Amino acid sequence: MTLINQQTKIIQRCGLSGSDVRHSVQSVLILLVLLALAACGGEGKGKAGVAALAATDISAPEARLREHPETGERLARKQVLVRGNASEPASLDPQLVQDTVGGAIVVDLFEGLTRSGPDGDTEPALAKSWASSDNNLTWTFHLREDGRWSDGTGVTAHDFVYSWRRAVDPELGSNYAYYIESAGVANAGEIIAGEKSPETLGVRALDDFTFEVSLAEPITYLPDMTVHYTMFPAPRQAIEAHGADWTKPGNMVSNGAYLLHTWHLGEKLVAARNPYYRRDDQTIIDRVVYVPIESASAELQRYASGELHMTSTVPVSQMARLKKERPDELVMAPSIATYMYTFNVNRSPFDDVRVRRALTYAIDRNIIVSYITRGEQMPAFSLTPPYVSGFDFRQPDYATWSQPERDEAARQELAKAGYTEDHPLEFELLYNTDESHKALAIVISQMWKEKLGANVTISNLEWKTFLSEKQAGNFGMARHGWKGDYNEASTFLTLLTSDSGNNDGGWSNPEYDQLLLDARSSEDPNPYYVRAEEILWQEFPVAPVYFNTTVALVSPMLKGYPENNPRNIIYSKDMYITAD
Amino acid sequence: MFSFIIRRLLVAVPTVLALITVSFVLMHAAPGGPFTNERNVPEAVMENIEAKYNLDKPLWQQYFIYVGNVAQGDLGPSFRYKDFTVNELIESSFPRSAYIGAWSFLFVVVFGVGLGVLAALKQNRWPDYTVMTAAMTGVVFPNFVMAPLLVLLFAVTLRWLPAGGWEGGQVEYIVMPIIAMATSYIAQVARITRSSMIETLRSPFIRTARAKGIPRHKIVLRHALKPALIPVVSYLGPAFVGIITGSVIIDQVFSTGGIGQHFVNGAINRDYSLILGITILVGILTIVFNAVVDILYTWLDPRVRY
Repeated sequence: MTLINQQTKIIQRCGLSGSDVRHSVQSVLILLVLLALAACGGEGKGKAGVAALAATDISAPEARLREHPETGERLARKQVLVRGNASEPASLDPQLVQDTVGGAIVVDLFEGLTRSGPDGDTEPALAKSWASSDNNLTWTFHLREDGRWSDGTGVTAHDFVYSWRRAVDPELGSNYAYYIESAGVANAGEIIAGEKSPETLGVRALDDFTFEVSLAEPITYLPDMTVHYTMFPAPRQAIEAHGADWTKPGNMVSNGAYLLHTWHLGEKLVAARNPYYRRDDQTIIDRVVYVPIESASAELQRYASGELHMTSTVPVSQMARLKKERPDELVMAPSIATYMYTFNVNRSPFDDVRVRRALTYAIDRNIIVSYITRGEQMPAFSLTPPYVSGFDFRQPDYATWSQPERDEAARQELAKAGYTEDHPLEFELLYNTDESHKALAIVISQMWKEKLGANVTISNLEWKTFLSEKQAGNFGMARHGWKGDYNEASTFLTLLTSDSGNNDGGWSNPEYDQLLLDARSSEDPNPYYVRAEEILWQEFPVAPVYFNTTVALVSPMLKGYPENNPRNIIYSKDMYITAD
Repeated sequence: MFSFIIRRLLVAVPTVLALITVSFVLMHAAPGGPFTNERNVPEAVMENIEAKYNLDKPLWQQYFIYVGNVAQGDLGPSFRYKDFTVNELIESSFPRSAYIGAWSFLFVVVFGVGLGVLAALKQNRWPDYTVMTAAMTGVVFPNFVMAPLLVLLFAVTLRWLPAGGWEGGQVEYIVMPIIAMATSYIAQVARITRSSMIETLRSPFIRTARAKGIPRHKIVLRHALKPALIPVVSYLGPAFVGIITGSVIIDQVFSTGGIGQHFVNGAINRDYSLILGITILVGILTIVFNAVVDILYTWLDPRVRY
């Protein structure tokens, strides 16, 4: 009614009486108030007291501890961690998750055989030990006996058998079914193709706590691969009881440090401590709130207003300012991801290796990482990042040259390939619509223009259009990014094998393919990897630009953030919030 | 009036069907699909995914399956949010947008019309200039400028209000979204009302009324306001649908969890069923509110007959 009073006041000042105002304005207002009330009612009563639940989300219990048991720091009274999470996850089903935002939540809700340690190395989790036999063709994982689902039942090897079969089951239609296949698990390919039943997958429970995996082709790094959520256990009891609805709050059963408390799409997802978790007594953070904020600048504002403990990213345009204003909160963790440009080697002028070499040489990577990306990225001259676990990182000769030397070599190569001032190099560079890709494309094409006289047209396409063009090979040169699925060099190097579904540039080299095949089963794959990288330095199927970092803002009150984990897997249970 | 409503209903069904057909064709014509990903999966994996969502069937068959389901009120599973059906997504997000929208609309009507009338009555004097300056400012501050500015001022600098969230629609969480949503509309409505009111006040029937010696406020409220509101109502009908179906900007800046975010994300992700679901919703709302506007005309202008 205050509105009507305000309206009345305004009109009264124009020399009008209240009764007339009410006469004509009231009917319009009543309609509107009814509408507003209808909307209110819909929100509050429609869904079993959504409003009431939302209000209690943050009413987390008082923290159990006043001081950190090891460091003695004073802990905040409410251990509620609020995390910026770039978007809404596609799913919370471990076998269906296919994005980093979903992965970020799923690693808190579930626990697999292994986990990623603070430096990205593989550590035991539910599996206390593992061993391989007959030349890495059979792997046996010995499970801990104290694993519990959040309904109190024990986690056994049968749960892993169930979930791995589920991942390749055509019925489920999981995007990551290929992951089980790429691990070489026996019959995975045939099951995906519908030729065999999921029961034939090479996984067995020898007893409740012994999980055995039989491989069709040997690999040495299977335990590293089990860090990935696709290989997490899935709760058969909940899935059979609720079907596709099993990931809803109230239905979901999980075996990690947290369980799903509430999920309001587009607003927040709340996870609460799982009292049945085997090491629950060591978990300090009681609640984790994941806020899906798609715009990096909106996320930065939420952080600046004190509503987030950590962001998922930082807008590139704000890097310089934040380095000045919040240097202690800006965390730049190495990341096993490489930014590069892919050449379509079946299309002129990129069918000439000299052109590919010249363009790769002429990129001044120092300028890019110092003035464009600014997140302590590392100039890349090879494909596999140095922080990949156990990888013997080498660099090509041209990495040690000065940029003017590289430019000179690039000019000579281009001249050999027959491109001169009268006959300049011309091509199109494709990227997907995004501020940072645009900045890089502009700067790099300018470098090629100035140093090599190349006329580059840069074109941007909307994401899905870009992907379908690139995957169909309708491009000359295109932006490409690759983030490792697991912490081992093969996740990068197999990108460029002839049979790789992501080798969009169409480059193919039999020796390279053979090297990677041999590396799979070798006890020390590094010599093969080094040789494979050497081939890339001679052939230039891609022009590497930089090894990526994950940049985030982390509140000074939040302790335990994994600043050196190149896998960027963040387990909320390893963190805690201090009082000041 | 009754026959008018029946007629409208009969026209609505083919309209919505045409809307579905056109959207369906356009959507499938766009390059890429819901499962086009940065990681290109092996063909056998893709075939399983497509079979699960009926994408392996010919397009006409997909269309009839879809329309058949819609007729039963089932908008299908979301291609992107695999844990939800489109019905669930709309049920969870639309009430929020409608709630913010209804309040915004209330402010738009009250302040827009109020300020417009005020400006018209004080034409070319300071209240008029003030209102019009404010209105012009409002027009050049659309919600994608307004929303971040509000956050910067009230959440980051002053720390009076939370920068985002919903929390069951508590006042402090929805104040900024409502203001951001309403500002530019208020400005528009004030301008339309002002010009329309000025025009009405110059009509012969107003001059007649004044000649009869009727007091000025009665002239304005009893005689001038109704005809002056006709263009305003024409603007507000479609605007209302836009307001209650939320805005991408509001949802993205404030994480309100409204339906606005699904518009853009649905298109970006090629989430066919989600885009179609929202298109149908907006289509039906548009038809309904156009009918409401037409009914309002008969009340505002006795010469209109259906």
